[in-house]
Amino acid sequence: MSEIFEKLSLYLNYPFVRYALIVGVLIALCSSLLGVTLVLKRFSFIGDGLSHVAFGAMAIAAVVGLTNEMPLVLVVTVVSAVLLLRTGQNAKIKGDAAVAMISVGALAIGYLLMNIFSKSSNLSGDVCSTLFGSTSILTLTKTEVWICGILSVLVIAVFLLFYNKIFSVTFDENFARATGTKAGAYNLLIAIVIAVIIVLAMNLVGSLLISALVIFPALSAMRVFKNFRAVTICSAVFSVSCALLGILISILAGTPIGSTIVAVDIAGFFIFFMAGALKGGIKR
Amino acid sequence: MSLLTCQDLSLGYDGREIVRGLNFTIGPGDYLCIVGENGSGKSTLMKTILGLQAPIDGKVLTGDGLKPTEIGYLPQQTVVQKDFPASVWEIVLSGCGNRMGLRPFYTKEEKQLARENIEKMGLTQLTKQCYRELSGGQQQRVLLARALCATRKMLLLDEPVSGLDPKVTAEMYDLIESLNKSDGITVIMISHDIDAAVKYADHILHIGQEIFFGTKDEYVAGGFSQAFLKGGDD
Repeated sequence: MSEIFEKLSLYLNYPFVRYALIVGVLIALCSSLLGVTLVLKRFSFIGDGLSHVAFGAMAIAAVVGLTNEMPLVLVVTVVSAVLLLRTGQNAKIKGDAAVAMISVGALAIGYLLMNIFSKSSNLSGDVCSTLFGSTSILTLTKTEVWICGILSVLVIAVFLLFYNKIFSVTFDENFARATGTKAGAYNLLIAIVIAVIIVLAMNLVGSLLISALVIFPALSAMRVFKNFRAVTICSAVFSVSCALLGILISILAGTPIGSTIVAVDIAGFFIFFMAGALKGGIKR
Repeated sequence: MSLLTCQDLSLGYDGREIVRGLNFTIGPGDYLCIVGENGSGKSTLMKTILGLQAPIDGKVLTGDGLKPTEIGYLPQQTVVQKDFPASVWEIVLSGCGNRMGLRPFYTKEEKQLARENIEKMGLTQLTKQCYRELSGGQQQRVLLARALCATRKMLLLDEPVSGLDPKVTAEMYDLIESLNKSDGITVIMISHDIDAAVKYADHILHIGQEIFFGTKDEYVAGGFSQAFLKGGDD
């Protein structure tokens, strides 16, 4: 046991490990906050779709040769998020189909671009690390940690300030609109915040596993708790604990960070599922 | 003075017209039932009154100090709500949303209002309960309490008894009647149930091929409703 602690304290002396922990916790917190809303609005897959868009944007940035790809990726993802949530309401192509279309399309185009224009000799390695985020969280610079920190604080502030509106719009959009809440504006806000979170989260788990960060905390919390506030708080705590645990395990065991966090999330979900079943008795 | 006036209203969606030439007014304390076959445009009319949808032609005017956002709306349940983790308290309180503007949190007065309406609907024992675990009748009363938080003057009810058993249905109608009679709240109700409409409402709006608007007595006396009354017995 003491061996593990020695190893941990040794690793924690490295700044990149500390950065990874800070960024990991922040991203886990942000993604879980909106996860509840997304799951309830039947947009579980938007995380997946948007992360593929971000992957495509990254490929374009790499091809054009941008050194700092963050701004481009952010803009493209925000625009797609706005379009996707808008089509969700009244379009000829329904929400889930639109998400699937954009998701697959962006993934294909991104890979195609990387394949044609890439100068790198290790193409599949590049693609793999963008998709699964295998190492990028360990190569964060101080600036990136700051950007991530500031954006996270913004996301959390927006969520807290608009918590009651987000609840109204999620529970019953028509009622909210009929009583004068600008539901369209809040949907737009939710879309932008989601896009920001996804671009942030790509550093941590890569584009493929972002959905997991969004969905698992919310679904686990919903097994056990019965009101919106408790579900939100629980999913935030769940997400942060799983992220911390996942990062520590991956450091100790040398496993890829993103997949390890998701594995911990899955284990957590089963524990909550059982707890919910026990609590609810035979009823559910 | 009338609370709500519809002038030469034409309704529809995607540019397709369903109803045209709709004219009626609703005064304070009225109890109006909107009846008609499926697809006749009842729900479209309701959405237009609430401002969720623009009319193709004509106007919806509110008067007598009623703002368009102060109509209490009792919608039909959506799929999303069936497994939504929310307590009775959270849902009823969200009815106060139209007083908030950009203010992020609820005030003491708004919380008090929510408490009063929960009590009025007989839900005090269930305040902390989860919405999805309530019975159908209880869920409707929760949504009614929320609608009451949003209004002091007018309620719009979209088939409030659909899916309820006969006993609960009767209770629901009594509750609505007492809101109308004792609290003086104007009620507009969409209904399939013609018998109940004739029993409780004082005005009837029948939309379909032909449009009828008038008092209940005129509706029953006129031969107009006979076919529909008989057909709507089931």
